[in-house]
Amino acid sequence: MLKILKYSIYDLLRSRWSYVYFIFYLMLSFSLFFLNSDIDKAIITLMNVIVVLTPLIGTIFGVMYYYSSKEFTELLLAQPIKRSKIFMGQYIGISLSLTLSLVLGVGIPFVIYGLFKSAAVFDFTLLLVVGAFLNFIFVALAYNIALSINNKIKGFGYAILMWLTFAVIYDAVFMGLLIHYNDYPLDKFTLIATMLNPIDLSRILILLKLDASALLGYTGAFLQSFYGTNMGLIVSLSALSMWIVLPILRMSSKLKKKDF
Amino acid sequence: MKYLFLVFLTIQFSANARTIVVCKSCSIKTIKKAVSLASDGDKILVKKGYYKETNIQVSKMIQIIGESSPTIDGMNKTESIFAVKATNFLISGFLFKNVGVSYTKEIAAIFISKSRNFTVKSNSFSNVFFAIILQDCKFGVLLSNKIKGTAKSESSSGNGFHLWKCANIRIEKNTVSGMRDGIYLEFVNKSHISNNTSLNNIRYGLHFMFSNNNEYHHNEFKQNGAGVAVMFSKFIKMHHNTFHFNWGAASYGLLLKEINDAEITDNYFEQNTIGINIDGCNRITYSNNHFIRNGWAIKFTGGCYANLFEYNNFQHNAFDLSYNSRLNDNKFEANYWSEYSGYDIDKDGIGDVPHRPVKLFSYIVNQTPETLVLLRSLFVDIINFSEKVSPVFTPDNLIDARPIMKPINQ
Amino acid sequence: MIEIKNLYKKFGKLTVLEELNLTISKGGIFAILGPNGSGKTTLIKSILGMIIPNKGEIAIDGENILRKWKYRNNLNYLPQVANFPSNLSVKELIEMVKNLRPKKANSQELIDLFGLPPFMNKKLGNLSGGTKQKVNLVLTFMFDSDLIILDEPTTGLDPIALIHLKELISKEKAKGKTILVTTHIMSFVDEMADEIVFLLDGKIYFKGSVDALKKQTDQENLEHAIANLIEKQYQTATSK
Repeated sequence: MLKILKYSIYDLLRSRWSYVYFIFYLMLSFSLFFLNSDIDKAIITLMNVIVVLTPLIGTIFGVMYYYSSKEFTELLLAQPIKRSKIFMGQYIGISLSLTLSLVLGVGIPFVIYGLFKSAAVFDFTLLLVVGAFLNFIFVALAYNIALSINNKIKGFGYAILMWLTFAVIYDAVFMGLLIHYNDYPLDKFTLIATMLNPIDLSRILILLKLDASALLGYTGAFLQSFYGTNMGLIVSLSALSMWIVLPILRMSSKLKKKDF
Repeated sequence: MKYLFLVFLTIQFSANARTIVVCKSCSIKTIKKAVSLASDGDKILVKKGYYKETNIQVSKMIQIIGESSPTIDGMNKTESIFAVKATNFLISGFLFKNVGVSYTKEIAAIFISKSRNFTVKSNSFSNVFFAIILQDCKFGVLLSNKIKGTAKSESSSGNGFHLWKCANIRIEKNTVSGMRDGIYLEFVNKSHISNNTSLNNIRYGLHFMFSNNNEYHHNEFKQNGAGVAVMFSKFIKMHHNTFHFNWGAASYGLLLKEINDAEITDNYFEQNTIGINIDGCNRITYSNNHFIRNGWAIKFTGGCYANLFEYNNFQHNAFDLSYNSRLNDNKFEANYWSEYSGYDIDKDGIGDVPHRPVKLFSYIVNQTPETLVLLRSLFVDIINFSEKVSPVFTPDNLIDARPIMKPINQ
Repeated sequence: MIEIKNLYKKFGKLTVLEELNLTISKGGIFAILGPNGSGKTTLIKSILGMIIPNKGEIAIDGENILRKWKYRNNLNYLPQVANFPSNLSVKELIEMVKNLRPKKANSQELIDLFGLPPFMNKKLGNLSGGTKQKVNLVLTFMFDSDLIILDEPTTGLDPIALIHLKELISKEKAKGKTILVTTHIMSFVDEMADEIVFLLDGKIYFKGSVDALKKQTDQENLEHAIANLIEKQYQTATSK
């Protein structure tokens, strides 16, 4: 698996798109850190971008890589390697290279700006950790879709729809339900609903560390007492991990039956 | 002739003034004894030491001065340490400790009633129920006192400064922490509260009721349970105060309830759940205030009319403005909004398109607080944008027609 | 060497292999022929483990290979479409595939044979189809394995490379290897194949030597023989 991982990273690190992605983050962060006096505001803007864009790019890269390397994957499948190792290698390769673009693109301006000693460093680290999680989650979801759908165009469409669902549609339905059942106690529902969408979960995790911890208190003691504590952080991170583990499990069960 | 007599009297008076020294090895060992021996104009000098005394009744024009901060221990008795009813007196330089908690009467380290022309300064207070109570007093100065409590619940704790039915009082340069309310004023008029620091109090940093024509400025209110509350008062001037880190479900920097004709200028609101919560307030001018990184910078919760907001900074608040109705009778003009996305082509420093500070999402959160978990999600950005383009739920005349492009004097 | 019993595979509602039985003995070149959709690729991919049959058994040298992967170490495969990660160089790709197998490889000899040295540091994305196919051939033949499976090996090759390929195949045969080939080029079959396995509608329709086929169909030319075979099938199908 490590060999596959090594080569897929090697391949991706030379891809133009990795650089475009890296340079995009680099320029975004530079302009945010240097044209903006307020570091927290910069991190909030970065969060807005990362929470929406990382899943989108992860999804697109995931399906694109799968479909474009289909024939090569077949060559690998004829080699004496276990199937699951080939796909895990590719999956981790894509996720890692995307994470690398993110971490370097955002991290370099941060270091140059000299923020390493500042208090923002924890928030910043959390932002990167969450960004990495989102990469791994959405590449895994994208791979699931690609593995299930042989038609490239169709697979691509479903993948974008999946992203749109998590990024927008889910929240729209969620908000609709909250408003409609306004008269009922909603904290447990709210908590569970945020756990079920990795984008929402990531956003809340970062918001809590930035400006909104007390804002959430406004929604009721239950939510704040959950998200405001270390326990909440641990549960949230575990929920994010589940969002990686479950798609991988489905991927490996799918792989056992899949014909190439 | 009359004046001459007065001059004579004064000389006579000061010539007769004595200094009574109290210390453990002196002939006078207690403050109570010294007070009973003293006559008007005398000075009692209390040397460094540990005095266990309560209920020291003072009704004379005397100065009681602690040298090198002597401690007066109230032994947790349910009695005030000093009970003063006098004019022209001074209490300074003491450390007051252990005033007992009572659920039936108000007990303080220094309890002053029906007094005038007095000064209480440079004292420290720790573990006291109330620190200083003023009832029915005029022309008093409370200066440079330090009050430190360990309040745990509202019912078992008292206030730092508790003023009832007073006028012309100056409260300056004090520090209050860990009490129920830092400074509590009820029926207090024509008073000045300035340069105080009130922090970590479990209820309000400053609590202000039925008190007219007061001015408070250059105070700092920080991390109080519910912030600062100013209620049912007229003609208040509040300026150059700092309200920050008042975080909590029911917390705000400043709560204004039924306040009319006030001026709120040059204040600094940073990182409060709600910067100012305005409920039923009319004819107030807000200018040159800074609202930075609050949950809500300004939240209207009741009918508010004829208020003017100009030259304020709204920077990086989750919500700049929350409105509870579709009607608007308040004016917003020439403020700086960090969220402003317009442009200034003619370079006159004023944005060329009006700014609409109320977001649809803040309206939704008002209706259903749980939706707050969707803060800063893409969907919320989308609906905010569409509301901005064509307002349906928010007052469509609520705009800042001349938003300024740069923050005011930072 | 390869024993296939009751192999059954369907994709959705379409049955591609129907109770297929096939035994391929050790050594020699076997051409797997059949019209489009007859199940050639499915059969090959089943042997490779890329397609998982619904029913049946496949054994190589007496060992069941379904859902196993180690046996592929003794198997070389030339895929039909030569599409490689476009950002790797030829050299890196060859190194990578070598890396994946715990056995020796004689890549240099083959690189020289196909005239690839000038392309070694070029990125795969910039190569022509023919050159890619040559790289593909290097990857396939550089290992010493008992079973070699070639899927349309002649695609895009220039005449010289084609001659080299034929020589290579003959050499491997001489070493006693088993070689399975699918192709549409009948002259190639005529020239190279020892035995023909003809698939039709998911079944073995004919298995035997080229000469036997010619004899059976009474045709001199292999192409005609095959055409004849298909025609007969249709006739029987319609007469039923």
